[in-house]
Amino acid sequence: MNRVLIAEDLYLLRDGLVHLLQAHGFTVVAAVESGPELLKGLLELRPDVSIVDVRLPPTHTDEGLQASLAARKQIPGLPVLVLSQHVEQLYARELLADGSGGIGYLLKDRVFNAEQFVDAVRRVAEGGTAMDPEVIAKLIASNARNEPLAALTPREREVLEAMAEGRSNAAISQRLYLSESAVAKHTASIFAKLGLAPSDDDNRRVLAVLAYLNSR
Amino acid sequence: MLRRYGRVLALLALIVVQAAMAGVMSVMLLLSFALGMVFLFPPQAMLVRELAELNRRLVRDWTDVTIESPYLPAPPPPVPQADGMYRSDRTLYKTPRVPAWNNRWKWLVSDPATWRDEVWLLLDPLVKVVLAPLLLLLPGRGLRVYGLWSKKLLDPTAASRLAGQVSHLQRTRNLAADSQAAEMRRIERDLHDGTQARLVAIGMTLGAVEQLVETDPKAAKALLAKARDASSETLTELRRVIRGIHPPVLAERGLADAVRALAMDSPLDVTVEVSLPHRPEAPVEAAVYFAVSELLSNAARHGDARTATVDISTNAATLRVTVTDDGMGGADPAKGSGLAGIERRLAAFDGVLAVHSPPGGPTTVSMELPNVLPTYWTGASTKMPRWKTATVVILWATAWCPTFPQGIVAGIFKVFGIEEKTWFLALHLPEPWQWPTITGMILLGVLMHVMAIRIPATHDREKFMADATPTKPWC
Repeated sequence: MNRVLIAEDLYLLRDGLVHLLQAHGFTVVAAVESGPELLKGLLELRPDVSIVDVRLPPTHTDEGLQASLAARKQIPGLPVLVLSQHVEQLYARELLADGSGGIGYLLKDRVFNAEQFVDAVRRVAEGGTAMDPEVIAKLIASNARNEPLAALTPREREVLEAMAEGRSNAAISQRLYLSESAVAKHTASIFAKLGLAPSDDDNRRVLAVLAYLNSR
Repeated sequence: MLRRYGRVLALLALIVVQAAMAGVMSVMLLLSFALGMVFLFPPQAMLVRELAELNRRLVRDWTDVTIESPYLPAPPPPVPQADGMYRSDRTLYKTPRVPAWNNRWKWLVSDPATWRDEVWLLLDPLVKVVLAPLLLLLPGRGLRVYGLWSKKLLDPTAASRLAGQVSHLQRTRNLAADSQAAEMRRIERDLHDGTQARLVAIGMTLGAVEQLVETDPKAAKALLAKARDASSETLTELRRVIRGIHPPVLAERGLADAVRALAMDSPLDVTVEVSLPHRPEAPVEAAVYFAVSELLSNAARHGDARTATVDISTNAATLRVTVTDDGMGGADPAKGSGLAGIERRLAAFDGVLAVHSPPGGPTTVSMELPNVLPTYWTGASTKMPRWKTATVVILWATAWCPTFPQGIVAGIFKVFGIEEKTWFLALHLPEPWQWPTITGMILLGVLMHVMAIRIPATHDREKFMADATPTKPWC
């Protein structure tokens, strides 16, 4: 569960990522710098997790995103963590569209906090999700008019945001200074209000929430 | 039929007015130039223009001949110098009256259209008299012939059309340069007040860390965390600035997806319809993107709208954008600076903005950017008319005949004195005509080849230049 592929065109950042991940016990199987190389690496090496920059050569557009989407079409659920200088709902929705887990979409700034970043990489590698708080805020804002969401209490909304970012109950309880049972109670209430089927599995629960947010 | 006769009679009746006018105008012209009563010239020229404009309108309405107005734009009002005086050549004036009059005089005298109008006024009554039988017998045909005659003198010449285009381009270029300079200043301010200041703060924090790291490692660690947060904030700030310069999603995905991303981020419920076969040029994409962004945020902020529709489509080389919202309406480009800003941005592409926003809504804003899309999208420009294609095919099919057998081969036969005449025309002719015929044949063949190459090559250019080609007796 620790073979990782890195696709990033800036040498300094690529090197930094390699060192960071090696220091945390990952094996970097490849560090590539262009879209075609990335797609080849994803399909042939099938890394446990890949860290991919959206903008890559040769076109410097959304090469990395396209390669990730193409690879995940062939190998459903192939874990990919997409990094970008900016987050767009549009890209998040495309990444979430297939409904299988193992997906992450974070701002590059999040690399600053090594522990949280490595935690996000692990989560994605295990089939979970790691969504940037900024993109979750945007997704929720564009659902603001939606009745069930408006019915949530402020606390429930905080829990929903944390959950949509891909965090487990334990992580949420730590972040919001709540007991785990309180978090469980809030999640049960959120699921009831949104009309989603409750589930004990963290990942499946997150996916249900994201699918809900993505559906409009 | 009856209506046509009515028109013909009206045109003929105008002869009386025109003849009288022509007399008076000639006298005024004579007085102003022969006797130096120059003050008579501008009113005279303006009166002639009125009459010519009337004739243009009548011809436009009554026949299928279109005549455009050829006049150069009027000079701008004089601008005072720093000392409050108005300059005209080397003289300074206290009031703008004399410089304004001078400019007006120069404008009227130097515009070729003024003189073409005068010639038209003198000749038109005569032409009408000559055409009278045709007009009365075949009014339809006659009106058309009269329209064509009017077009000869009243339509803009290539020169005046180009001059008009130049002044229009100058105006739009200034607008574009202005709005670009304003953008630059805004970006400079953003970077200066935001990003730069934050980086200075980070640098200072790091300096403090350097001093504390040995004496008070705990405080140093706290400061480092602060510096990291500050760098994160700087990045957020920088992202905002970059979005204002050129949104990343526009660079990465193009107009269609960038507008979709805009729609997702908008608090409104936005429906996006885009039908673009390819990506337009980057400046066009940016102008449209920022216009749509401004309109959507206007609708959300002032219009109190809940839903909006964005429709982007093409019509030949024209890009059409329509943004509709169900807000309370009452938007006015004259009041809101946002709409004026969009107008300025679009002006660089000759784009026009139409706002339909009755009080109570809904608001529809449509933008049209003519000729911004490459013509190969439509595939219309390269198609030649059938007769041209036929000519080219015939030329290629026959040009070999005069060049080779009748020209070069016949020449070789003659040089080497071969008796055989076969079907070579030149060799059947009497001796003195043989060489001229051979040379003529070769020249004809070469000419045909050149034509066959030139016709398709010049076709595109002709289409492009069609509006500005001098087809008039003088330009």
